[in-house]
Amino acid sequence: MLGELCSSQIMAHAFIGGAIVSVVAGSVGYFLVLRAQAFVAEAFTDIGFAGATGAALLGVGSLVGMIVFSLLAAAGLGMLGKRVRGRDVEVGMVLSFALGLGVLFLSIYSRTSGSHAMSGINILFGSMLTINSTDILAALATCATALGALAILYRPLLFASVDPAGAEARGVPMRALSAAFLAIVALTTAACVLLVGILLTASLLIAPAAAAVNLTNRPARAIALSVAAAVGVTWVGLILTFAGTIRHLPAGFYISALAALTYTASLLLRKRLRPVRAFERAHLDRETG
Amino acid sequence: MSPESVNRRQLPVFLRNVRIGFGGRLIQDEMTFTIEDGEFIAVLGPNGAGKTTLLKLLLGLIRPEAGEVLVFGRRPSRGNPKIGYAPQFRTLDANFAVRARDLVGFGLDGHRWGPGFPSRKRRRLVDAALEEVRASEYAEAAVGELSGGEKQRLSLAQVLIANPGLVLLDEPLANLDIASALEIVSLVGGLCASRKVAVMLVTHDINPLLQHVDRVVYMANARSAIGAPETVITRETLSSLYNHPVEVVEAMGKKFVLGVET
Repeated sequence: MLGELCSSQIMAHAFIGGAIVSVVAGSVGYFLVLRAQAFVAEAFTDIGFAGATGAALLGVGSLVGMIVFSLLAAAGLGMLGKRVRGRDVEVGMVLSFALGLGVLFLSIYSRTSGSHAMSGINILFGSMLTINSTDILAALATCATALGALAILYRPLLFASVDPAGAEARGVPMRALSAAFLAIVALTTAACVLLVGILLTASLLIAPAAAAVNLTNRPARAIALSVAAAVGVTWVGLILTFAGTIRHLPAGFYISALAALTYTASLLLRKRLRPVRAFERAHLDRETG
Repeated sequence: MSPESVNRRQLPVFLRNVRIGFGGRLIQDEMTFTIEDGEFIAVLGPNGAGKTTLLKLLLGLIRPEAGEVLVFGRRPSRGNPKIGYAPQFRTLDANFAVRARDLVGFGLDGHRWGPGFPSRKRRRLVDAALEEVRASEYAEAAVGELSGGEKQRLSLAQVLIANPGLVLLDEPLANLDIASALEIVSLVGGLCASRKVAVMLVTHDINPLLQHVDRVVYMANARSAIGAPETVITRETLSSLYNHPVEVVEAMGKKFVLGVET
């Protein structure tokens, strides 16, 4: 039955596209979680929505529109300061304004072109099952750029995310780093939105990474876990979608549900792991101190 | 210029007639002192006296309004690899996401670009730094599980792993209980001797340091005094520094400065 699934080109595209996006989402998501910027990721997906609908209106590719819009937003947010921690108000305003713009573009588009708002629906909920090879190539190029940039920034970004004062003291260029990371987030969300839609991107970016951070205190291991969880959630979600073709539940439902489930499971696991370690430490202190 | 004074200009810290201002306010004037290799210096004074500002001056983050500042014979510049700086108010975000050894490793190559791959040499260096601050036993623990004193040791190791010649510690004893503070101080004192590294430690309370420091810099009222604790922390010196009567009381082997806010 799985063989049947994979023989279909639609499914092959969905699996490949999903994997590409998940690898980048899992890696970038790790830093979003460390920097407590989940809300920023959410904002970028809405900015991507405005970009995609705006691009549809102008007749250019939606990925281009999303990238342009999100990079602009990244520049704007980058100018706010060294870090975008606790900038809820600004981020929230950008988010709702972007969403409003997206709705405007979408309504103009569907009125003028006379078409149904199908492209809008695809942007919102993803088009996992209508991915074509052009989409995959575009996503691959975007994701490779984002991942390459992340690899270059890896050490200072980790330092700055965990120990900002120490990093600044060591001469890490905090503001430039923060802006560069936002640009990476912008590229990542644009690629994710293209494949899995606005509503799903955040769950793929945040939940696997947050689960991984709950389970290990080793950065490299956490990223590997996060990527594995993201790919796993996406693929299992796709398998469930294709397996239940008759009922036709959307892939988005399965993927977001599995992502939430993974995070919940990690919380339960952590509760079993942490208190033991904390107890051991306290015990050790008493003996040596 | 005599050969001797040329030599003194190569010391870890050389200040001559330095004036520091901040936002139009005079913070310090006529600061003149040098610090030698391996010296352990406590920087004391009330809030706003310019203790942190002095560190910023040496780090090249601010410029003096007048006078000459040299760090190892050079004008201060940002990112000077000869200076190790442990800032105050360290917030370690995402506390459970990294281990003690990761935090120390940041000091070695955290500022370099690229992913950086684990190597035996890197591991050895991190292990040695952890050992030096006696933090080996919790090397693998998540930072969030550690006590304030343990985190201070890591902070110290993070600085030391880069092999600085001058270490600036901003309030490392704040929020530590007395036992932990004493441990940190004796650790730092030992490092000064073994590594020949000069240390400037900013603190509010001289008492945990009395047995260990070589000299103190006392800053108050836009002026400063430097010398051994028993010559600086006296009624005469402090009264003249503050420009009003100050009493120094000794009890239980400790010094208490009365008549000023510390």
